[in-house]
Amino acid sequence: MVLNPGLGMEYHWQALPPDWPGNFWWHWLAFSVIILAFVLGLVMGFIWLERRGIGRFQIRLGPNRTGPFGLLQPIADAVKVLLKENIVPAAADKIVHWLAPLVAFVPTLMIFAVVPFQDGALLADLNVGVLYIVAISSISTVGIFMAGWSSSNKYSLLAAMRDVATVVSYEIPVVLSLAGVVLLAGSLSLNQIVMAQDIPFILLQPLAFLLFFIAASAEINRTPFDLLEADSELVAGFHIEYSGMKFALFYLTEYAEALAVSAIIATLFLGGWRGPVLPPWLWFVGKVVAVFSVMFWIRSTLPRVRIDQLMALAWKFLLPLALINLVVTAVQVLAWPEASLWAMVPVNVAIMAALVVTWSRLLKLGGGRVEV
Amino acid sequence: MKFEHFGTGIIKGLAVTLRHLFRKPITTQYPEQKLTTSRRARGNELVWDITKCTACGTCAKACPQGVIRIVTSAKPVENRYVVEKFEVDTGYCIFCGLCVEACPFQSLLMGYSYERAKYRRHEVVHTNEMLLPSAKRPASGYMYPKLAKALPPQTLLIERDEVKG
Repeated sequence: MVLNPGLGMEYHWQALPPDWPGNFWWHWLAFSVIILAFVLGLVMGFIWLERRGIGRFQIRLGPNRTGPFGLLQPIADAVKVLLKENIVPAAADKIVHWLAPLVAFVPTLMIFAVVPFQDGALLADLNVGVLYIVAISSISTVGIFMAGWSSSNKYSLLAAMRDVATVVSYEIPVVLSLAGVVLLAGSLSLNQIVMAQDIPFILLQPLAFLLFFIAASAEINRTPFDLLEADSELVAGFHIEYSGMKFALFYLTEYAEALAVSAIIATLFLGGWRGPVLPPWLWFVGKVVAVFSVMFWIRSTLPRVRIDQLMALAWKFLLPLALINLVVTAVQVLAWPEASLWAMVPVNVAIMAALVVTWSRLLKLGGGRVEV
Repeated sequence: MKFEHFGTGIIKGLAVTLRHLFRKPITTQYPEQKLTTSRRARGNELVWDITKCTACGTCAKACPQGVIRIVTSAKPVENRYVVEKFEVDTGYCIFCGLCVEACPFQSLLMGYSYERAKYRRHEVVHTNEMLLPSAKRPASGYMYPKLAKALPPQTLLIERDEVKG
């Protein structure tokens, strides 16, 4: 059973032609501008939303002095950080120190090249889209490690090494859980995957969604897994020695990565731009914001994990479950009758519940079970 | 075999924060919104009642910081002392309230206000008339429960909704 993308489906909104406003270069220019505006605008929005949202989750108000509802807070932050002095440590590796923020930020921006905002509305409809995302998103880590190394500061280096360890461990469950989605859709192109989601894949692949959400949050160092920025132990992580514009780029990268993960989850699991009545791009942005809201809800709730807990979660919990999920999905794709696709939803939810409950018994930390 | 450690704690925690989302924020937005302090508060100023003062100097002796300077002169007609200068350097004052407790005539009281930051050093030294009670400088009920009863009760955080603008 492979879901035939785009067959027999009537869309209210027409698909954009592959070289939309004119020829190849106009397409390139238009989508570069759209992606930059989308990323910068939504990152600003996310910073505001997260600070206000976490405030409300903690019964506070959050920043509310700059502009109505504190809406200008990210702009005030940006202006402040741009006016700061650029300090480079005397013992720093100057070139690497200068290059690191760029190496971290650019790949994050490149992820959005393959994320569709509407049917066919994307910079490059790569037929290896998912592979491209997985490959390109790992490069940011090099930037972070460059930052940690070149600062010649032990805390930076420690934080950077923690980040590399996290990414190496969590890349595997990320890829394996994405493989389930790819099997189901029968394509690696993100636009094709969206087309295949007559039923959003969060229902058909609940376990993959859970694993991807946890693993991706860990990979971008969102709070339960923010070991590399652990304020209380590593000062500020890899960007201790950064200030001014370079620090702003790292801050931007952090939120751009969160935006990228939200966009990938929205595209792969929540049906991307698909939805009734409203224009597709609005559905897409709405889903992205919804996913991000869940992320900062979790951030406002959970305390930081230890490094051994982080590794144990990746290798003892996420990896085996991702493998099992891949096998189960493969069997289902081969053997499931195509007519009764909706019946797969309760079956897969039941499989997820059974696996999570039973596998949690095997997740032991520190050589023995600590009852708390 | 018990099934319990499979993320129930995480879900409970998420439910707690979700409930917080629908609660009223407990933030008091200070310059616009002010809570009434305790009726027995020791604010950072002293209030001096010149009519009750006999210039005995007990307050100055009780002060552990030596903050109070009092210059007196004899007034033979009425057979009493008069205060010529009563000076409190609140820059050194630790607001312990010992002078208030020492005063035998209820003439020296703790102030009520807490917004006494100044730009110049000499502005925190209060002399004679600056120490007198007024509407702007009410006395707190520190040491004197009868005075405290007349003051508005303290705003508790649970009642803060009544404090507006």
